[in-house]
Amino acid sequence: MSLTNDHLLERLRERFNGLLLDARLATGQITLELLPESLIEVCLALRDEPEFSFAQLSDVCGVDYLNYGKADWETMDTTSTGFSRGVDQGVYAKTVRTFPARFASVYQLLSLTHNRRLRVRCFLPSDPPQVSSVTELWPSANWFEREAFDLFGILFEGHPDLRRILTDYGFMGHPFRKDFPLEGNVEVRYDPDQKRVIYQPVTIENRVLVPRVIRDA
Amino acid sequence: MPEIRNMTINFGPQHPAAHGVLRLVLEMDGEVIQRADPHIGLLHRGTEKLAESKPFNQSIGYLDRTDYISMMCNEHAYVLAIEKLLGIAPPKRAQYIRVMFAEITRILNHTFWLAAHALDCGAMTVFLYAFREREDLLDCYEAVSGTRMHATYFRPGGVYRDLPDRMPQYQASRWLSEKEAAARNADRQGSLLDFIEAFTQRFPNYIDEYETLLTDNRIWKQRTVGIGVISPERAIALGFTGCMLRGSGVEWDLRKKQPYEVYPELDFDIPVGKEGDCYDRYLVHIEEMRQSNRIIKQCVDWLRANPGPVMIDDHKFSPPNREKMKGDMESLIHHFKLFTEGYCVPEGEVYVPIEHPKGEFGVYLISDGANKPYRIKIRSSAFTHLSGINDLVQGHMLADVVAVLSTLDIVFGEVDR
Repeated sequence: MSLTNDHLLERLRERFNGLLLDARLATGQITLELLPESLIEVCLALRDEPEFSFAQLSDVCGVDYLNYGKADWETMDTTSTGFSRGVDQGVYAKTVRTFPARFASVYQLLSLTHNRRLRVRCFLPSDPPQVSSVTELWPSANWFEREAFDLFGILFEGHPDLRRILTDYGFMGHPFRKDFPLEGNVEVRYDPDQKRVIYQPVTIENRVLVPRVIRDA
Repeated sequence: MPEIRNMTINFGPQHPAAHGVLRLVLEMDGEVIQRADPHIGLLHRGTEKLAESKPFNQSIGYLDRTDYISMMCNEHAYVLAIEKLLGIAPPKRAQYIRVMFAEITRILNHTFWLAAHALDCGAMTVFLYAFREREDLLDCYEAVSGTRMHATYFRPGGVYRDLPDRMPQYQASRWLSEKEAAARNADRQGSLLDFIEAFTQRFPNYIDEYETLLTDNRIWKQRTVGIGVISPERAIALGFTGCMLRGSGVEWDLRKKQPYEVYPELDFDIPVGKEGDCYDRYLVHIEEMRQSNRIIKQCVDWLRANPGPVMIDDHKFSPPNREKMKGDMESLIHHFKLFTEGYCVPEGEVYVPIEHPKGEFGVYLISDGANKPYRIKIRSSAFTHLSGINDLVQGHMLADVVAVLSTLDIVFGEVDR
């Protein structure tokens, strides 16, 4: 590693001045945050300029920040009657970071020449979430973007073949969105009368065994 | 004149060489592949979404089930990601144990890969040989964790427990005579480390046996030399890692380049190929097994000489000793809290890649400060490798698709997650 993370962060801030929302260094990893308008310009520079040369795109993934920082259950002291097992959805635990948009697509870049990694997070304010595809820059983005489209409904403009990839043929909805129930909406079973597999509304109910809590460590 | 049209055929999802549940739609001109379009997702279980609904520790077992051929390596990336966010480091002995089991897992994976690859190309014997060795290594899994596959052995802060002093024994039965049982138990009289050491002594000879069967075999070479060639530049652009990248001559191994755990203290080499075809990738796999064997030997020596704790002494993350729990209120509370609520991970995000037997396996973890992950993304190498299959098979014959598929080392638990 020729440059330390701090230096690299400085260089990135200088080079992309005005194009970024934020550039931060946390747990030893650099994250650039930006909006869809500047994504292609920044990515092109990151790939082609020799001081960055991020030749490989390791990963693209969607993130849904809908419930970020929401806990199910909160108490700091005991009560005389004991605790109920009830789970309240959506207790806000504390003041948490707010995000410029609900959805983001996150790119993990790798430079083999400089042996260095970088994360780019692109917030997607439009509805439906939309961003330019980076398949032209890194062919490896092809399936990752299809996956993010399938699971989060993020539309990648200019993607050559934006089909669902992981879910079933004819699947409805985007299952990794935070407002998509864990148990799903429909289930399949074999119907002996109709002699075929049919779809029906789910008959199972999700029980939260361990509530989600947020505590200061 | 009759019209000549390309033919579209379905390869899988029920096909022994489809390595599970791959549906490959092939557009053929005669017997030559024009285009390959894999349809995946038949094993999609929503691992990442399920992990969001559970405390951190309860998802370790799910990670075993992503790539179910190299179980402990998946756990490794997940556990390292949690540790990085928590800012804790396991004791040295736990790190050595993890590295030793990561390398055992690498051998498990590579022997399975070799077995399946050779079988797909028509060599049955290798399959039987390789499974003989896997049996011994799965016994090591069983000895430390109680299960042969889905171990859940690595935990944030260390490993579940220390290495056992004795190995499970074979018992004579109607199918196994006294004499045969005694022969199988010969290596199992000492501790687990003795057993592993005995294995590392035997293993190089076993690799020689595989090589005798394959390396100079005329049919093997006809099936693999010049098949599925990929240039280093294209491999990098397609996101290839691991043996797929090293087979094309790029010396890139995260154990050396971005070392984690105790890899910097260990002595091993990184083999690379030249041509980037199936045969070179085969040679790379073979040499990696030899190198893993070397690493295991070094770990065994270190572990013999350095007893000590295998879990951090912080009961926020590790359960207290059961005996202590019976009499000590504090320990009881810790135990209760850990097994009901779990621990909260500070707000933040981290991407932790490791050198998985198949390539770069990364866990991208976002925590909002809760006791459950906010989002976890598993970056699996097989997913990326499979996405590049169109490049690899174009212009090849149908039979070569089978060879290319098995050289990719895909496991559907990991591709579909």
